[in-house]
Amino acid sequence: MRQVIKGNHAVSHGVRLSKVKVISAYPITPQTTIVEELSEMCASGALDAKFIKVESEHSALAALIGSATAGVRSFTATSSQGLLLMHEVLHWVCGARLPIVLANVNRAVGAGWNIWADQTDSISQRDTGWIQIYCESNQEVLDSVIMAYKLAEKLMLPVMVSYDAFFLSHTSEVVDIPDQDTVDQFLPPFEPPHKVDFADPRMFGGMIGPEIYYEERYCIHKDAMAAIKTYSEICQQFQEAFGREYALAESYMVDDAEIIVVTAGTITSVARIAVRKAREKGIKLGLMKLRLFRPVPYELWRGILGGVNKVVVIDRNLIGGVGGAFVSEIRSALFPLEKRPVVYSAIAGLGGRDVTPADVLGIVEHVASGKADVDTPIFWGLKE
Amino acid sequence: MQEIRFHGRGGQGAVVGSETLAHAFFLEDKFVQAFPAFGVERRGAPVMAFCRVDDTPINLRNQIYEPDHIVVLDSSLLETVNVTEGLKKGGCVVINGRRPGQYYRSKIGEDFKVFLVDAGRIAVEHGLGSVTNPIVNTAILGAFAKATGLVSIEAVEKAIMEYVPVKRDGNRLAARAAYEKAKAI
Repeated sequence: MRQVIKGNHAVSHGVRLSKVKVISAYPITPQTTIVEELSEMCASGALDAKFIKVESEHSALAALIGSATAGVRSFTATSSQGLLLMHEVLHWVCGARLPIVLANVNRAVGAGWNIWADQTDSISQRDTGWIQIYCESNQEVLDSVIMAYKLAEKLMLPVMVSYDAFFLSHTSEVVDIPDQDTVDQFLPPFEPPHKVDFADPRMFGGMIGPEIYYEERYCIHKDAMAAIKTYSEICQQFQEAFGREYALAESYMVDDAEIIVVTAGTITSVARIAVRKAREKGIKLGLMKLRLFRPVPYELWRGILGGVNKVVVIDRNLIGGVGGAFVSEIRSALFPLEKRPVVYSAIAGLGGRDVTPADVLGIVEHVASGKADVDTPIFWGLKE
Repeated sequence: MQEIRFHGRGGQGAVVGSETLAHAFFLEDKFVQAFPAFGVERRGAPVMAFCRVDDTPINLRNQIYEPDHIVVLDSSLLETVNVTEGLKKGGCVVINGRRPGQYYRSKIGEDFKVFLVDAGRIAVEHGLGSVTNPIVNTAILGAFAKATGLVSIEAVEKAIMEYVPVKRDGNRLAARAAYEKAKAI
């Protein structure tokens, strides 16, 4: 059924349709309305789940360690400082191989205090072993939550679905909300390989020594890398069931492109307009939308970007002393190629600053003109 | 694509107004987008909300800088906010106010169409808010439908019945009354 809903409510519907059994969360702008809606769904009976109120994000995720270990589908949502407070538990969830799904509304981190869109929060958790997916529209947010459970439970690894504060979280747009029967066929009930069971007692989270810890970590890595193939299959199954196409990284007008702009989140939508405008001006521009960021789909990125002369990556994040996070990973993915594109970096949209099609076009024209310095990010729109 | 910017004061319901309008367009099979100016709103402070409508999916995700039409929920904003900033020539300015039309025309200038309705009075007559704090966000949508012809009053009424959280009948009748009473000046 098509409805006009906000990105946050798209998440709530995704969680409801996934028949999540336990939700635990602590409010933080701009995430709060996700769990507000979910608590109303629990209260009205639209969702048969236990909603656990807690005193912090650390406890929210810790509570889910319990529920997921007990073998039920579990969900939380957060943003910014809330995600940072979860940091220790994020690692634990991954190591414990718990298929928890977390919706993170990408919000800037303090200080200074800023509630607006910025990817630094989830970027700073990229090395916790969680699978990371970045979304561009409310529809994609809803669909990604449902697909996230299928992926998480197949690999027994947690998945973080991220999307921009306000540009999606508080923006209403048309979303096709799937019917329950179709979702049930796509996403069967969660059957964990191990769970707390008095008839089959086990120990969870015990100490493991040097003789086996390495192998444990290797298995996490191996299964995370397997997500590339598994998620491709899940996207294919999703398309067959729901008619909507998703990829690990989407390419747009790249076939004859001489420059490709790489984006994640809502800047992608704006960049689609910029691609068409650039082509009207005679610049052969293509677009790669970065969707799966952990694990890194090295081969896929190389296949899309490897053949062009220039790539420019727009990061809505800035790591002090490094630069953009996405561009670092793209460069590292392309490095093994014998002949590789020159990869430029652009920083834009930090702390919720608007990024317009003219901004993306301006960045691309700067790169096309040959004036851009490959050693320094283009700090687009920076006030002197 | 048509882009509409709402000007109101925190607590007046500009955001719900823009969302309800988007819902009305959606009922007429359009693609829509509605969002607030992303800020930390305070009651009484000037706020903005936005609505986009198109026949195809909308990829623009930045704020609206050059709107096609403007909705002003509180005419006192004309004293402090340049509400027509970026407004395209010939665009409609739909104002909730009770002074003579000439007053608003002199404020807005001659480049735009101006439609006036006393949405505050209509709201109070329909039990929406109080004399000092009338809730005008649905009534003004009726005036918008009349002024622009972009959306039918029937779609606005249906959207109110489906979307507005409280006093649906009062809100619907207020929109209809404002539709009938809005006048070009």
